[in-house]
Amino acid sequence: MPTTQNEAATIEVRDLTKAYGDQAVLKGITFKVEPGQIFALMGPSGSGKSVLLRHLIGLEAADTGEALIGGLNAAAPDTHDKIQTAIVFQSGALFNSMTVYDNLALYLREHRLCSESEIRTRVEKAIEALNLGNAAQKIPAELSGGMRKRVAVARSIVMEPQVILYDEPTSELDPLTAATVSELIRNVRDRTGATTFVVTHDRELTQGIADQAGLLMNGKLVFLGDPKDLEKSSDDDVHNFMHPVIKPSSNQA
Amino acid sequence: MTSIINTLITSVGETVLLVSRSVTYLPSLPRQWKRCLDHAWFMGYATVPLVALLSLSIGAVLALQIGGAMRQIQIMEYIGSIVGVAMVRELGPVMTAIIVSGRIVSATTAELASMRVYQEVDALRTMRIPPERILVLPRLAAITLVMPILTIVSIITGWIGGQIVVTTTPWIDLSSEAYYNSLKQFVDADALIDGLIKGQIFGLVIVSVACMIGLNAKGGPREIGQAVTKAVVASITLILALDYFITSVLIAT
Repeated sequence: MPTTQNEAATIEVRDLTKAYGDQAVLKGITFKVEPGQIFALMGPSGSGKSVLLRHLIGLEAADTGEALIGGLNAAAPDTHDKIQTAIVFQSGALFNSMTVYDNLALYLREHRLCSESEIRTRVEKAIEALNLGNAAQKIPAELSGGMRKRVAVARSIVMEPQVILYDEPTSELDPLTAATVSELIRNVRDRTGATTFVVTHDRELTQGIADQAGLLMNGKLVFLGDPKDLEKSSDDDVHNFMHPVIKPSSNQA
Repeated sequence: MTSIINTLITSVGETVLLVSRSVTYLPSLPRQWKRCLDHAWFMGYATVPLVALLSLSIGAVLALQIGGAMRQIQIMEYIGSIVGVAMVRELGPVMTAIIVSGRIVSATTAELASMRVYQEVDALRTMRIPPERILVLPRLAAITLVMPILTIVSIITGWIGGQIVVTTTPWIDLSSEAYYNSLKQFVDADALIDGLIKGQIFGLVIVSVACMIGLNAKGGPREIGQAVTKAVVASITLILALDYFITSVLIAT
């Protein structure tokens, strides 16, 4: 059964490699996220960001190297019992057969962490914090994309995590909702103090809320540092990612 | 050929492992009673009318066919015995299992496959809630509750179908009393228990297969459809293959 601790934990990845068959997806990734920091890992689609995230949650095991959460191997079965780790999936991954309230209460009920009245208090607190008052008795299919993301975030904060991982939190959202979700990630970090790891290709999110950023290209970390330095980087890969050029179509005058 | 055998062995192994893991969570079953009842209600509600209708028709056709053959040797009074034994030992459990494959196996596989594809299963794992505990075990418990009821419904409606035919077909013209007296000569409690055991084994096997295929689905909507087809085909094949072996064992004992 998970233990509830609120102290933020470090995330550390050391020389991690992963391949599927002949295809190397991650090639010697190394970085460290200090407790309470927001780290944004950027990169184009297919660069290996989500695979790296799955290593941190223990859904994948590294071929070589290691991913550590709070100094413990993320792939070990009991690590996430000792370090509370929550993930907000790209799709939200809400349980479609349950109401929003039951989605939020599931973790606490299944682990029998508290009484039903305490569960109600914790869930209502999360609902209030994320302005989900009208959605509590709805099922996820009745919600908009932005609302579903908020419910997914609420579900993660009910767990009182030490580490929160976000997988493409602003994808498929309009720019206004994406900005709201970015602010939400920062607010949740401020409220919970949890170490936050965001996988994204959203440059605005990274520059707006991240304390540290990384850029993954073809399985290699080509940038690691202050998000403000992304703009100044002279590296071609970084420059091309930050300033993509849309070439005019050949049949235009 | 080798790859087919490999796939078969792997699938059997995965199903056995899944069921073994689920059974380790048996102590959690009492607090999942609501979930079990929900599944049992759905399984019964979705299947009873179909089981009753098809069994009624099969009992009627069986009586008609047997009547035609027995008219030639003038032993019409044994129609009840043959319909009775055929329904209780063979057609009742087999027909019920095939209908369950069509209704329950397809629905279960589709639900679990979409949960897998849309990351709900990953979300459960990251919350340290074993999918075997809340997705598989309650379904196995539900089919254990429902299968005997469905099998009995099938047997009784099959007998009634036979009764309707023998009493209303002018060239058979048996009374209900004669039909049931003949039926009672060969159908005893042992025959009923054998039929229920057979139905129970079919039910557990096909729901386990549905869970295994659903939880191993990968890809998108197309793969969900493929998983459903695979589960239904595998279930019906397994019912027919297992039928011979179970019958051999039951007759020998």
